[in-house]
Amino acid sequence: MTETSATRGLIFNEPLLWEIGKKGRIGFSMPEHDVPDAPLDKEFIRKDSELPDLSEVNVIRHFTRLSQWNFGIDAGMYPLGSCTMKYNPKVNERVALLPGFAEAHPLLPTSLSQGILRLMFELERCLAAITSMDAVTLQPSAGAQGELCGMLIFRAYHRKKGKPRSKIIVPNTAHGTNPSSATLCGYKPVGISINEKGILTPDAVAALMDEDTAGIMVTNPNTLGFFEENIQKISEIVHSKGGLVYGDGANMNAVMGIVDMAACGMDILHLNLHKTFSTPHGGGGPGAGPVCTKKYLEPFLPVPRIIEEKGVFSLSNDFPDSIGKLHAFYGNVGIMIRALAYILCMGGENLKKASQLAVLNANYIKEKLKKVLHLPYDRTCMHECVFSDKNQNPTKITTLDMAKRLIDFGFHPPTIYFPLIVKGAMMIEPTETESKEEIDRFIAAMEQIVEEATNQPDLLRNAPMKCKVRRLDEAQAARKPCLAG
Amino acid sequence: MKEILELNLPQNVLYTKDHEWMDTTGNTMRIGINDYAQDQLGEIVYVELPQIGACLNKGDVFGTVESVKAVSEVFMPVSGEVIQVNTDLENAPELVSSSPYEKGWMIEIKASNPDEVKTMMDREAYLKFLEGIK
Repeated sequence: MTETSATRGLIFNEPLLWEIGKKGRIGFSMPEHDVPDAPLDKEFIRKDSELPDLSEVNVIRHFTRLSQWNFGIDAGMYPLGSCTMKYNPKVNERVALLPGFAEAHPLLPTSLSQGILRLMFELERCLAAITSMDAVTLQPSAGAQGELCGMLIFRAYHRKKGKPRSKIIVPNTAHGTNPSSATLCGYKPVGISINEKGILTPDAVAALMDEDTAGIMVTNPNTLGFFEENIQKISEIVHSKGGLVYGDGANMNAVMGIVDMAACGMDILHLNLHKTFSTPHGGGGPGAGPVCTKKYLEPFLPVPRIIEEKGVFSLSNDFPDSIGKLHAFYGNVGIMIRALAYILCMGGENLKKASQLAVLNANYIKEKLKKVLHLPYDRTCMHECVFSDKNQNPTKITTLDMAKRLIDFGFHPPTIYFPLIVKGAMMIEPTETESKEEIDRFIAAMEQIVEEATNQPDLLRNAPMKCKVRRLDEAQAARKPCLAG
Repeated sequence: MKEILELNLPQNVLYTKDHEWMDTTGNTMRIGINDYAQDQLGEIVYVELPQIGACLNKGDVFGTVESVKAVSEVFMPVSGEVIQVNTDLENAPELVSSSPYEKGWMIEIKASNPDEVKTMMDREAYLKFLEGIK
């Protein structure tokens, strides 16, 4: 690899806002008014905030400059495993900014909100069609809140049946939030291990499943990037003991239009609109973790529900078995608009193709890089593949060093040290949006880094060298965070 | 990461499969995580310890250790009552990394079933165990 896309541009140094501020500087002015000036009531005056005094241009330049130090999906490949960081098509933004959507107020009466209600209703129908589930709530504002919603439904369901249960089976290949969500609902998570192929076995589930176990939480595909091939059999075992099957759909990007989640035996499944359905992620915007259920669990979904009658949409709280409200108003509506725009632009066939390409791209990377990196589970993967730093042990180069060096080549580092079951894990998910050329550049960068790890290990230990700030002291930042000036 | 030969594994403490150590020489038993554990975890940024007086069984979680890589649980090598916790770790969790057997100790317990000590490994046995998992 002779040339990388990363280089040095004109990047400004930028002090902290507290160092820029000057007493009395202000970023806004009061309009002319016909009442006399009056001081704020004493009880509203806070002394503890100590914010710097800044003008508008101070603030704009400060954050613009900081943003130039940043790296996002619009700047380059972002191969984070388990988090599907795919490109967000700009048409989604355009649609979400239409004034009828962007300026709608959540307190408008339903008679004046028919458009947005219809959009939400149709998104629910689309998500039901994509997953083969029956009913959907859009309220949860993230995957973890979707899990919480699912666990609250587990609890409501078992309570309604008159037999509250105390345990939940959670595999060690689940997302870390799964056991947390179960614990928040008063369940005791019971761990279960995978087999040598990286997946669950019916026998292991049968050994744990009993009539005090509320059900199982399965991430499918799992966090090793493998499809749980035994899912139908596992669901049968759980159902035969009166339990429910929860599907964590965070990795749905591998299986859209290909896997029928209802036929897999899933009773509840959450999706991440900010992953699979290309809406902004993390700092880029709020999330959304809709929850899909089978028909018989619909009465437990959060209220208000969107009801359609003769083409008129309304909000109903008339669901006595509902677990209640999960979010102020109806969830993060702006994200729903973007997700529906994406789904309708793509259409069923193209969503399926997106999943196929995501899987193809991950397998291409896996086949190319397994020649140089240790691949703990060498078999066909889904949308992501997991390597480790075992081959680099002799020079004491770690996954962290390789990830940091990747920044010098103009790529965002992949997910590192997750899943926990692989020591020194490096989890790569290219998604469908990267071209073969871009993926080849990524592979070439990784190959060069692996070679440097043997021949010039200090290059990696000192990486990154090309970006604005060098390697940060993560331990010190976590131990003694300084969040003010 | 350290090689097995580079690990600091004192003779005077016993070890568990979860890489805790326990000093059984005094009246109370002092517990912490060993050099292998702190090396694998990476730099430690937070340690959560139990309340004094907590009675825990062998194998129970007595605390959590958060490093830059992950959050891990630490387990009771034997059953007992927590007599003392190392409050220095609240403000200086890095002591677990820099001094795992001295300043980085975590809790002191009064063992309720001293026979359980026999399930722990001495340095030689622990080294053999480590070679098996490395």
